Amino acid sequence: MADTVTGTDANFEAEVLNSDQPVLVDFWATWCGPCRTIAPTLEELAAEYGGKAKVVKLDVDNNPETAMKYGIRSIPSLLFFKDGRPVDQMVGVVPKRVLADKLDTLASQAA
Amino acid sequence: MTPAPLPDGLDWSAAARHDVVIVGTGPAGLTAALYASRANLTPLVVQGPEPGGQLTTTTDVENFPGYPDGVMGPEMMQDLEKQATRFGAELQWGTITHVDLSERPFKLVVDEATPLLAETVIVSTGASAKYLGLENEKRLLGRGVSACATCDGAFFREEEIAIVGGGDTAMEEALFLTRFASRVHLIHRRDAFRASKIMQDRVLGHEKVTVHWNTVVTDVMGEAGVEGLALEDTETGEARSLAVTGLFVAIGHKPNTEIFRGWLDQDDAGYIQTLPDSTYTNVDGVFACGDAQDHVYRQAVTAAGTGCMAAIDAERWLAEHGEIEDVRTETEYHAAPAEDSNDHEPVQDKLAEAQG
Repeated sequence: MADTVTGTDANFEAEVLNSDQPVLVDFWATWCGPCRTIAPTLEELAAEYGGKAKVVKLDVDNNPETAMKYGIRSIPSLLFFKDGRPVDQMVGVVPKRVLADKLDTLASQAA
Repeated sequence: MTPAPLPDGLDWSAAARHDVVIVGTGPAGLTAALYASRANLTPLVVQGPEPGGQLTTTTDVENFPGYPDGVMGPEMMQDLEKQATRFGAELQWGTITHVDLSERPFKLVVDEATPLLAETVIVSTGASAKYLGLENEKRLLGRGVSACATCDGAFFREEEIAIVGGGDTAMEEALFLTRFASRVHLIHRRDAFRASKIMQDRVLGHEKVTVHWNTVVTDVMGEAGVEGLALEDTETGEARSLAVTGLFVAIGHKPNTEIFRGWLDQDDAGYIQTLPDSTYTNVDGVFACGDAQDHVYRQAVTAAGTGCMAAIDAERWLAEHGEIEDVRTETEYHAAPAEDSNDHEPVQDKLAEAQG
């Protein structure tokens, strides 16, 4: 079991870019409706993928630098990182199965 | 029109069979789930591609009765979901991709893979924001193109952006966007707005808003993000470009009823037609509620109201067809049903009569 990790401008390199597991980063904000809708799904994925993949939630209001660096224009934006690079991006309320399939694919690829 | 066929290779003998399958989780679907679950029908609710529906893209809902201080749309939907599951409604992730309503039990397929059988179906698929239908618009969705100003407006601080539309939603969103953008270009294909006078006045009087009348967007430019729009004057045909970093689309909604085309009678815009004063469709045992069948009111509270009606219609229908023993709808506790309420004529006849 694992929880989602709170990402920040300060810890993004350590938690995401240097992670040896694939990372799903949720760019979100407290005032964003769809972000709330998808939040429980991300908690479930974090729990189910503990040890295989990480789920990081990054509040774009408090961490504008990272949001800007990755050109976030919509939230929730869900970016998948593998070996320090963004490899895929999804926007909006994405079904859990789609996110799980992507994490499965990334986790099964050798680092 | 012929409906799309079911995918091959599904094992229908192993499919779960439900008394009630509810398709969609906006206020209509979740209210139907609440009523159906309280009637011990253990409805299965398939969430669809936008769980919670349109209210999840709004901020404050100030017109739902019972919330004197307003309520956040997403919060209200989470509350409604909790309320429905408390009485036994079962939620399932996924989207219904195929249906076969030719015989009972009805056949439904979740995400092209999971077969479901249903004695009754409640259609509460709602409506979704319309897009312009341009290829580059789709490619740049989430990279400068958006249909949700309240979600994405804040990413365009001190930038020039455009919004397309002419109704109240477009006016509201244009005004909202002026909080962030340095300039908001409002693009409308006609020479007058459909929006209410009060909203028009607010927009037309706003110093940050530039209105482009008789103008359509023909393309969206940009590689990694939106860089500009190709515009065309609808009167002169003159083409020009507009440098903006964001494109917000507010051109209305379309009902999410494509998968039922060929099975359920729909009007020209795709809204499902129901028998007056009920949620009956032309297919016996299939009921429709919420924005999927309502192009007039389209409110959270009216959607919830018709969701309740659909659950009661479905429960009575099941009782009449011997699928459940006894009708135990909420109305039984509070009011005697009308004397002739169990004396249904065949639905098709009534529909024909109503339409004739």
